Amino acid sequence: MAEAVDLKAIGTRPIRPDGIEKVTGRANFGADLNLPGMLHGKILRSPHAHARIKSIDVSRALALDGVISAVSGKDFPEKSGNDLGVNIIARDKVLYDGHAVAAVAATSAFVAEQALALIDVEYEVLEPVLSIDQALSDNAPLVNENNHTNGDTSKPASNVAAYQIMSRGDVEKGFAEADVIIEGEYRVPTAHQGYIEPHACTAAMNEDGRGTIWCSTQGQFDVRSNTAAVLDKAVSSIRVIPSEIGGGFGGKTTIYLEPVALHMSELTGRPVKMVMSREEVFRATGPTSATLCRAKVGAKKDGTITAATAWLAYEAGAFPGAPIGPGCMSVLAPYDLDNFKIEGNDVLVNKPKVCAYRAPGAPQSMHAMECAIDELARELDMDPIDLRMKNCSDEGTVAPYGPTFPPIGLKACLEATKAHPNYQKAKPENGGRGIAVGFWFNIGMQSSAEVRIAENGGVTIMEGSPDIGGSRASMCLMASETLGIPYEQINAHVGDTEGTGYCNTTGGSRTTFATGMAVIQACEDIIAQCKQRAALTWDLDVDQVDWEDGQAVPKPGVNADVSPLSLADIARSAGRTGGPLLGRASLNAQGAGASFSVNWTDVKVDKETGRIDVKAFTAIQDAGKAIHPAYVEGQMQGGAVQGLGWALNEEYIYNDDGIMENAGFLDYRIPVASDMPMIDTQIVEVPNPSHPYGVRGVGETPIVAPLAATSNAVRDALGFRIYDLPLSPPRVLEAIDEQENA
Amino acid sequence: MAKVHVTTSVNNQPQEFLCEPQESLLNCLRDEINLTGTKEGCATGDCGACSVLVDGRLVCSCLMLGVEAEGKEVTTIEGIAEPDGLHVIQQKFLEHAALQCGICTPGFIVAAKALLDKHKDPDEETIRYWLAGNLCRCTGYDKIIRAVQDAAKELAA
Amino acid sequence: MSSYSYAAPTSVDEAVEVLATNAASGQRTQCLAGGTDVLVQMSSVDREPRLLVDVKHIEETNAIDIGNNEIYIGAAIPSAILNENEELKALLPGLIESADLIGSTQIQGRASIGGNLCNSSPAGDTIPALIAVGAQCVIAGPDGTREVATEDFITGVGTNCMSDSEFLLGLKIPRPGARTSDAYLRFIPRTEMDIAVAGAGVALTLDENGVCTAARVSIGAVAPTALLVQEAADALIGTNVDDVALQAAADACSAAASPISDKRGTVVYRRKVVGVLCKRAGAIARDRASA
Repeated sequence: MAEAVDLKAIGTRPIRPDGIEKVTGRANFGADLNLPGMLHGKILRSPHAHARIKSIDVSRALALDGVISAVSGKDFPEKSGNDLGVNIIARDKVLYDGHAVAAVAATSAFVAEQALALIDVEYEVLEPVLSIDQALSDNAPLVNENNHTNGDTSKPASNVAAYQIMSRGDVEKGFAEADVIIEGEYRVPTAHQGYIEPHACTAAMNEDGRGTIWCSTQGQFDVRSNTAAVLDKAVSSIRVIPSEIGGGFGGKTTIYLEPVALHMSELTGRPVKMVMSREEVFRATGPTSATLCRAKVGAKKDGTITAATAWLAYEAGAFPGAPIGPGCMSVLAPYDLDNFKIEGNDVLVNKPKVCAYRAPGAPQSMHAMECAIDELARELDMDPIDLRMKNCSDEGTVAPYGPTFPPIGLKACLEATKAHPNYQKAKPENGGRGIAVGFWFNIGMQSSAEVRIAENGGVTIMEGSPDIGGSRASMCLMASETLGIPYEQINAHVGDTEGTGYCNTTGGSRTTFATGMAVIQACEDIIAQCKQRAALTWDLDVDQVDWEDGQAVPKPGVNADVSPLSLADIARSAGRTGGPLLGRASLNAQGAGASFSVNWTDVKVDKETGRIDVKAFTAIQDAGKAIHPAYVEGQMQGGAVQGLGWALNEEYIYNDDGIMENAGFLDYRIPVASDMPMIDTQIVEVPNPSHPYGVRGVGETPIVAPLAATSNAVRDALGFRIYDLPLSPPRVLEAIDEQENA
Repeated sequence: MAKVHVTTSVNNQPQEFLCEPQESLLNCLRDEINLTGTKEGCATGDCGACSVLVDGRLVCSCLMLGVEAEGKEVTTIEGIAEPDGLHVIQQKFLEHAALQCGICTPGFIVAAKALLDKHKDPDEETIRYWLAGNLCRCTGYDKIIRAVQDAAKELAA
Repeated sequence: MSSYSYAAPTSVDEAVEVLATNAASGQRTQCLAGGTDVLVQMSSVDREPRLLVDVKHIEETNAIDIGNNEIYIGAAIPSAILNENEELKALLPGLIESADLIGSTQIQGRASIGGNLCNSSPAGDTIPALIAVGAQCVIAGPDGTREVATEDFITGVGTNCMSDSEFLLGLKIPRPGARTSDAYLRFIPRTEMDIAVAGAGVALTLDENGVCTAARVSIGAVAPTALLVQEAADALIGTNVDDVALQAAADACSAAASPISDKRGTVVYRRKVVGVLCKRAGAIARDRASA
C-alpha cells in the first residue's frame, strides 16, 4: 500500500454526486418507474405458518374485471423448485406466515388487491415449529422432512440444517486453569433490516424471450442470475437495471418479486410492476436470525483468559442459511486465545427465510460473548478495557477462523476509548455505562470498473455496485486522488447488467474496498494511456513520462522542451493519438482488512416503568483509511442506532400459531429521532496493507457492539444482568420485580 | 367506478386530476400527476416518507384522500427548491451528508421546512420530536439533526 | 364488486341526510375527519368499499368556543390547531397534551379528538383525558342532537353508542374553575409514534389550603374501554394529593385495570404501570392546580 502520502482528495468531505437528485425528489427508486400499458401485480400470502396446500383455484380472481393474469407455484418451471424458487412462490407446502402462494396482475393495484380475496386456497394446517428450543426438542415437527444435518442422510431427518465447529487447544484444560469462570445463555430476537423503501420492481418480457427488470437491489447481477435460475432462462436473456436503492442493509441481496413479475409479463405481454406493502416486507422478506447463544469464558486472577466456548443456534427460517459461519468467525475474533471451541447450528423454523442483515450473524454471537467478558471484568474487578487489552487480538494473532491477522486496529480502538473525553466523563446519575467490542472480517470479491474520459477531460466512472450510502462519492474521491484531478470533474454511475462489467453484490462492506480498488486500477490504466499519448505527442519513450498532479510531464532529467499535458489536453487530441481514453479494471479483491470497534452506551433506567433512555453513545472504529469521513461517520452512526433499536425494542412477535403480530412500523419499533442522542464517533485509521489507500470496509462493524454495550450498560445501572434482548420495558420491569422479590 | 375530479394546487401551479374516492393523496401525486419524489414507506402514517404540506401544514399524504385535496394548496418535495436554487435545508442536507440511501430524504426535508416555517430557533429536542414521524434507517438521525440546526441558523442570519 | 364513494356535506342537516339515506339503502358508511385511522383501516385491515362521509366541512365540527361555563371543541379539529390555541392549552392542559400525543407532527396535522373518540380504541389517548375533564359528546342525528358522557359514549373495543345515521359534532367540557387543572400521561416503549400501553388522566380541584375537593381519574389501554376510576378519585379527595394519596390512587387504578397481554405489554406490566402513570399525572395536575 501507498506510504502515508500527502492526500489531496481522500479524507475530504465533498457533496456526493447523486446528492442533488435525492434532495429534490428527482432520484428514481424502485417504485418510481411506470411504463405504458403496465399491469400491477400483487401476491396472495399464506395466513398459516405451516400448512399443506391442498388446492388453489384462481378462477374467481380471473373473472374480475381488470384481472389479466393469476398464477401459482405450479405455473413456474419445475426446475425452479429449489429453496430460492420455493421461497418466491410456494409449491406443495407453505412454510411461514406470509409465504407467497399465488399472484395476480391487473390493470390497477386496487383491482389486484381485490382479486387476491377471490383466490380460493384450501390448506391442511400443520403444527408449526416456532423456536429454537422447540425445533431442537425431541419429537418436534419437521419443517422439512427431507432435511438431514449437513446432508448426512445416515442420520434421521432433523430441524438442524447445518452444524459447524471451530476449535483450538484444550478447553477442558483451559477452564481447569481458570480462577474465574463465567457462563450464560443469551437470546436475541429476530430483527428486520427495516429499510424504508419496500421491495419494488417492474419487469417487461419481449416476444423474443429477452426481458428487462428495473428494481431496487444491492446486486443487479445476482437478480439476473437468480431470476434466470428460478424461471429456467439463460442468464444473458435478462437485463437488470438497478434503480436508486432506498436502503438494504443486506435485505436486498436476494430476490422476491422479480421472477413473479417477469413471469406474469411473459404471460400477458405487458410490463408488470410489483411493489410490496410494508406488511409484506416484514412478513415475507428475510429478517435476520433469532438466536440462542451460550457463552463460557474462564480467566486467571490477572485477567488472562484461559479458555472460552460458544454454542450458537440461529434460526434460519424455513430454509437453510442462517449466518452461523460469520457468527462463529466473529464471536471470539477480538481475543488471542490458546483454547476455544465454537459450535454453530443452523436451525429450521416456520418463519421467513433469513437474509443478510449488516454483519450477518455477528451481533448475536458477540452480544453473548461481550456480555460474558463484561461479567468477567466485574468478577475480576478489572476495568473492562484493561481486560480486553490484556487478551486482545493484534497483528500476528491467528484468528479463530484461521488466518493470521495483518495490522488491525483493535488495540488502537481500545486505547482511543481510554483517552476519549466521553469515557472519562462520569456516567449518568442513577444510570449505567456499558462497553463492548465489535468486529467484522470484511470481504473483497469480484468487481469491475471503467473510467471513461470525455472529449474535455471530464471523467465518468462506470461500475456495478449499487450505492446505498454514498459509495459513488468515495469512488470519485479515489479517482480524484489517483488521477490528480479535481473531484468536481468526476462523476460516478452504477451501471446495469449490460452497461457495466460484473460486480458482486454490494454487501459485506466490500464496495469501497473492492470496487474502489477496481476504480483505482482503471484510473491507473488511464494514467498509463495518458503517458503513452504524451510520449507519442512529445516523441519520447513512455518511460520518460511521469504523471503528476493530473498532468503528463517529462520525467526529471529528461531533456524535452514541452509543456505539461493535462488530462483535458490529452483528451482533446485523443483522436490523433489513438482514439478515446477508456480505462478498465476487473479483479477479485483479496485482503479485505478486518474492522474492529469499541462502543459504549450510557443509559438511565426508569425503575417504575422499565424504560431505558439512551443518554449518550460513542463509537470508535478502525476504518483503515476514511475516504469520505462524513459517510464513514454516517455508517457508524446508522449502525449504532440499528443496534440500539435491536437492543431496546425491535423484535418479531409471533402468536402461538406462528402468525406475526407486529408486521408494521407501528409495532416493530425502530428508533425514532426523539429516542436517540447524538451518536459521537471517532474514526481510527490503521491502514489496510492490501488496499492502495488503506481502506477497510466500515459498513458492517457498527451494528455489532451496540447490543452488548447496551446490555452491559443496563447491567451496570440495575446491578444485575438481563440476558435476553430486547430490553423492552415489560422485560426490564419484570426483571426488576423478580430481583426485588428474590 | 366513478372517478372524482379534483381541482387543487400543487407546488403553486393549478392542478386537476381524476382519482378514485379511496385513493390516497400519495397515490394521486405519484400515479396521477407523476410527482414521484414523495415516497411510500409504509402507507400507514408510521414513516413520514410521504410527507407533504397541505395549506402549509405538514401531513402524511398516505393518510389523506386525493379527493380531500380539493381546493387545497399542496407542496411536495418537488416544490421546495427556490427559483434561484436549492432551499437552504436541501443545501444543508447535502453539506452535512444527512442522507445515505435518500429514500426518507424528501419527507425529512418537507418536514424540516414545516418546522422552520413555524419555529425559527428550535432546540435539539424540538427538532427531534418534530421529526419523530420521519423514520430514517441509515443515518441514526445525527447528521439530519445537525443539518436542520445549521439550516435554522442560516435562515435566521 | 361495489365501489367506494365520497361525500363532503357542508351542514349538519346535509350530513344527517347523507347518513340516513345511505343507512336506509343498506350501504356501509364511515365518517372521516382527519382520516388517520380510517385510511389505515381501509388499506390494511378492512378493504370493503363504503361511503366515506367527510365531516370536517361543517361549521360545528370545526368550531372552538370558550365560554364562561363551558368549552366547546368541534370534533374534527386537528390536534395541531388545538395545540396552537394558547387559551385552550392553559385551561385544559391535560386534554390538549393527550391530543398532542397522538402520532407524529404529520398525524397531528390531521388527527382530531373526535376521530380518536369515534375510533373507540381502548388505547385512544384523548379518551381518558376527556373522561377526566367530564366531557360530554354532542351527537347529531335525524332527531337533532343529543349529549352523552364520554365514559358512556364508548361501548366496547372499537364500538360506540352512535347509530349509522348519527355522527359526532363536538365535545362540551365544563370550564375549569379556580385551582382546577388536569394532566394526562401515557406509557409507550419509544418516545413517539407508539400506541399507549397504558394511560391515565387526572383532573382535580384544590381549595385554598391545597386540599383536593374534587377529582376525576380515568385510565386507558388497560380494559376494553377507558375507565372512570371512582376509587382513585376518592383516594385523592380530602387529601393534599401527597405521595401517600397518590400511591393510594395508583393502587386503585391498578386494581380497576383488567388488561390483556399483547404485543404492546403484559397484564402484569400494564396493571403496574397504569398506577405509576396515575401517580405521576396526579402530581402534575396538583402542581398545575396550585400554580
